[in-house]
This record gives sequence, C-alpha cells and structure tokens, in this order.
Amino acid sequence: MPAPRTLFEKIWDAHLVAQPSGRSPIVYIDLHLVHEVTSPQAFDGLRTAGRKVRQPARTVATVDHNIPTEPRGTPITDLIAAAQIAALQANCKEFGVQLFDMDSPEQGIVHVIGPELGLTQPGMTIVCGDSHTSTHGAFGSLAFGIGTSEVEHVLATQCLAQQKPKTMKIDVRGRLAEGVTAKDLALGIIGQIGTDGATGYVIEYAGDAVRGLSMEGRMTLCNMSIEAGARAGMIAPDETTFAYVKGKRFAPRDGEWEKAVEYWRGLPTDEGARFDKVVEMDAAQLCPFVTWGTNPGMVAPVTGRVPDLGSLKESDHRATELALQYMGLEPGKRIEDIGIDRVFIGSCTNSRIEDLRAAAQVAKGYHVSAKVRAMVVPGSQAIKRAAEREGLHRIFLDAGFEWRESGCSMCLGMNPDILQPGERCASTSNRNFEGRQGRGGRTHLVSPMMAAAAAIAGHFTDIRNWKFQ
Amino acid sequence: MTSFGDDNDVKPFRTHRGRVAPLNRINVDTDQIIPKQFLKRIERTGFGQFLFYDWRFAADGKKNAGFILDEPRYAGASILVSGKNFGCGSSREHAVWALTDFGFRAVISSSFADIFANNSTKNGFLTVRLSESEVAELMKRADEMNDYQLTIDLEQLEVRDDHGFSAKFPIDEFVRHCLLNGLDDIGLTLQHEAEITAYEALHPAPASVEAPRA
Repeated sequence: MPAPRTLFEKIWDAHLVAQPSGRSPIVYIDLHLVHEVTSPQAFDGLRTAGRKVRQPARTVATVDHNIPTEPRGTPITDLIAAAQIAALQANCKEFGVQLFDMDSPEQGIVHVIGPELGLTQPGMTIVCGDSHTSTHGAFGSLAFGIGTSEVEHVLATQCLAQQKPKTMKIDVRGRLAEGVTAKDLALGIIGQIGTDGATGYVIEYAGDAVRGLSMEGRMTLCNMSIEAGARAGMIAPDETTFAYVKGKRFAPRDGEWEKAVEYWRGLPTDEGARFDKVVEMDAAQLCPFVTWGTNPGMVAPVTGRVPDLGSLKESDHRATELALQYMGLEPGKRIEDIGIDRVFIGSCTNSRIEDLRAAAQVAKGYHVSAKVRAMVVPGSQAIKRAAEREGLHRIFLDAGFEWRESGCSMCLGMNPDILQPGERCASTSNRNFEGRQGRGGRTHLVSPMMAAAAAIAGHFTDIRNWKFQ
Repeated sequence: MTSFGDDNDVKPFRTHRGRVAPLNRINVDTDQIIPKQFLKRIERTGFGQFLFYDWRFAADGKKNAGFILDEPRYAGASILVSGKNFGCGSSREHAVWALTDFGFRAVISSSFADIFANNSTKNGFLTVRLSESEVAELMKRADEMNDYQLTIDLEQLEVRDDHGFSAKFPIDEFVRHCLLNGLDDIGLTLQHEAEITAYEALHPAPASVEAPRA
C-alpha cells in the first residue's frame, strides 16, 4: 500500500516535472494570475531575453491594485498608475495573454475573479505576483505568492524551481459561535502562532469549524495564511467546493466535470498522513477580534483591552511600544472605547457577496456615525452586480456608506483611496502595517460585520450584542 | 557567468566585506522597506531613493532627523542587521530592488519571510540567517563601534569581523550555487525543456479555457 499522503503532498507530487540532483525540484504551474503592479519588469525580462509566454492559455491578467474606484470612465489622474495599466494592456496584447481590463464585466481583484470565473479549481498549482495568492488554497489547490523574477520564470517556463515546504495542520475543533466569522478565526490563529508562526510551512486547515465554512469563509481564512508567514494555506475540497465551482465559466463541463470531481475526491489528506507540525484550536474559545497594533498578530478580543506591557514577554516590549506609539493608543484602553474616523469594507480578504450581505445586514436601518466616512468596495464587477440585484447597495447608500467600483482600493492605498495622517480605520483588509492604508493612517483589522457596526457606532462594538433591524 | 546566453544574469556573490548598519526592529515588513506609492514604476531601477521612505522622510519630503541609515557613521553601509521575520508581508520584489539599489549586498537576521528570501536570491542579494543572540551581538557591535565591518563569506558559509566574532550560517545548497555563480534560474529550468514538454503532453491546458484574445 502506498504511504498515506497529505493534500499538499498529493498536489506537489502530481506537479513534479523534474528533480535534478543538487537542485530545487521543478514544479509545473497550472494557472498564473497576473496584475499590473508586479508584472511589467517580468514582461520586460522576457523581451530582453527574446522569450515568449509559454502557455498563454494558463495565464490570465486583470487590473486591480492601482485603479481608481470612482465610476468607470473617470479619467485616471495619477499618470504613473495610468502608465502601469497601459503597460499591462500592451504586454497582454504583445504576448497573447487574456486581460480582464478596467472596462471588462469580469474585472475585479485577482483573487476574487479567479474563483468566480472557475479558473481556480481543486488540485491545481496556482501562482500570482501577490502574497495573497494563498486565497485560492480554499479550493484545495496549492496557491502561493511569488516575486517579479518568479513571475518572469513562470511566464517563460510555466514552471518554478521550488524547495519543498514543510506541512502544518491547523485543526479547529467545534463550531464558530454566532457573530464569529472566518476573519476572526484567521486573526485568532495569527494571534496564537504569530506573524512568523508558519514561515516555511504550507498550512492545511481542518476540523469541524473549517468544514462548516462557506467557500467565501474558506477564502478569507486561506487568504490570511501569509499573515502567519505561511507559504500557502489550503482546505481539502468537498461538496461545498464542488457546488461552488460547478457551472462557473471556466469550470470543467459535461463529461469533463464528472472526471474532474472524481479526481478531486481523491485529494483530501489520507488517514494517517504525517504533518511536520500540528496546531489544535478550540472554536469555542474564539470571539470577534480587533487588531490594536501594526501587524496582524497584535490582536485582542473586542471585549478586551490594548495590552499592558506587563502582560507581555519582555522580547515583545519594544515592538509593542513602537506599535502603540504609531497607533496612538494607551496600554490598557478598552477596545470598545477606541473611536474611528474611517471604515473600509473590501479587499481580497473580505469583499465577496457573503461579506457584503453580512455587512448590509448590520447596516440595515441604521446610519453611519456623523464623524465616520465609510466605503464599501466590492471585490469584482460581478459581485457589484450581484449585490445591486439583491439591493445591498441601497442598504449601504441609505445608511451613508459610499458604494464604489471594484479593486484593491484602500487595502493598500495604491489608488486615491487612502487614509490621512492620524486617521483611524476599521478595515476588513489583511494588513495593519504602518502606513499601509496611507501614511500615518491607523488600521484596525476586523470582520465585515464588525466594520459595519463600528461605522454606525463610531467606535468598536461587540457584534454579538447588535440589535439587527 | 552563466552559459545560457541570458541577459538576466545576476551579480555573483562570493565574499563581501562592508560596513554594517543596525536596524533594531522586528517584523520589518516590505511595506516599510518600500511603501506602495513607489510601486507604480515599471522599471527595476531607481528604487533606492525610496528605501524605508516613511521612516527616513517626513510627509513634506524633508529628511527625518535620526533615522539610522542617515547617520554619517553608517554612510555607505552595505550590510543590514535587523530583527526577526525580516521582509514579511507583501511579495513586492521592489523591496529587494530598493535595498540593492541603495547599496546593500546582504541582510542579516534570525529569520526571513519566505517570499522575500526567494526574491533576494533572484537578485544576488544574500539573506544571512544567524541565531537571535548572534544577531543581537552584531547589532550591539554595529551600534558601539565606529565603522564596524563584517565579512560575509558564502564559500565558507561564515560571517566574521576583525574583533573575534565568527558564526556559520545555513543556506540551501542550490541557492548557494546560484548565488556563487550568478546563475539565472530561468536558464536552468529551460535545460529541462524535454521534461516540461513531456509533462505538458500529459497535462494539456483545460479545453474549457478559452483561447486568449491576441
């Protein structure tokens, strides 16, 4: 009998092209997603070396990072951003790569449209010049972020030379309570294992709490894997996965579908397979979380407080002091007493239809606090249309939220959506690094429901006590 | 150095001696190394001026007083020493381009984020992993001594100074080989053209993926 293997090992083994002695194994890449920020230098490299894109049919591009979220058709005033978008358009044309451009009905954040179009499928290897490529692991694929040199490598060879990562299983027992979301699970995990807790590992999320998540929730969880340092995060494909993929534009059809599902059913980790590390968690211990510092591991329950230095290891004191100084927070301050100026609901972490439904449910019948500016940025044009069909945009607009066009927006502030110095933001995005959302801006990471509630209350508030209207 | 007739050759790294600058922080993320407003350039060059921009410059573009790299005694430093989990966050290779363009050849830390470490290798920039206590010792020496210099020897896998410090560091053997020889690994992968073609014959692109609009 063959040795039991993990989900990761099955995908890795199936994609080994060559194992040259003394060198990193060469792994085949099924799907390469491309965007405007990390690709121009890669296409330049191809041109310089006289190379082509080896597999244009496995390469898909969109614009997301630096595009404005003003109504489409508004001229891009940032000329350098416009030049970068024009470079992607020209490169896609020259190299024969399919581009979902600004005016395309399929445009959206690269990690939102991959799954939405059915490009993302179980068992695949997927890369993109973006660290949040880990998102696609939600489908039981091996998906990871790469730098521009590796983007060029994949464009040229459809392969990557990769050292084999270690494996970590994070087993989350029990069920998430009402008001506790995949985002809180992700923040809870990072808070426990730290922002470098999974460096060098591919995480497989398992357990009832993970199985119980929708595909949107699974994407949120896998998306944040990189914030724990992981190479990738993944979840075994199951009926939830198949139901999501079925019928999507690029999903297998007809007889191909049955064959694909049969293969996918063989992917989950075998009984008795060994992981290099196992972390166990109890879902019942989780609650809605709010980050208070300048990395996603600096997190507290909404009912908790900004930490006192005395409660922390001495090796963490300096980083904590620097973080609190940047965030303008006093040690010991109650999280619910932290007032906010801005709210951002969006990003590849939390901009999908389920996220918008959850936020709209909270916002319904209320109005955004007079001192808060709040924006909702759907992850894709398809999500925007779906939300508008359901009337979610009406709820947001009536409540005083801005309803914008799709893109990465204020998650990283490469476009005009940025915080002003000192502004404090409740954000559904993935990084609260210094200056991430704008120089001097102060980011607190939360779930979509928690962000919507904070917009209305003007400060953080426990969603578990919310009076839904 | 490569024999693949490639234009993407990487500068080989064998032994480097240079001035050391200490950046006493942990979890230095790539957003700090190069803030997003500088990622819109479509070239690989010219990023050094933006290195650690928000720490080095005030909002009005004037230099902040007291940032470590701007202290005269660290001028021309080519080796950075910093706390654990260096290079975490965004995959932006611009972070490595900014460090190299500024004049750095290597960074020493007790741990590095995976994507940052990969990106470094591709640019002939060395990530040297030492223990936390060794990093703390180097940080102290770079702080206390004037013109503190280190030698990083990739052939001997050793970091040493003129004051009795020496430490071995680990590195993947293939990565070391590429760095020593300045190899472009696209060229190396393309040596396996036959295997790639054979793999593709068995695994054609899914039929339902539409042909691109050329």
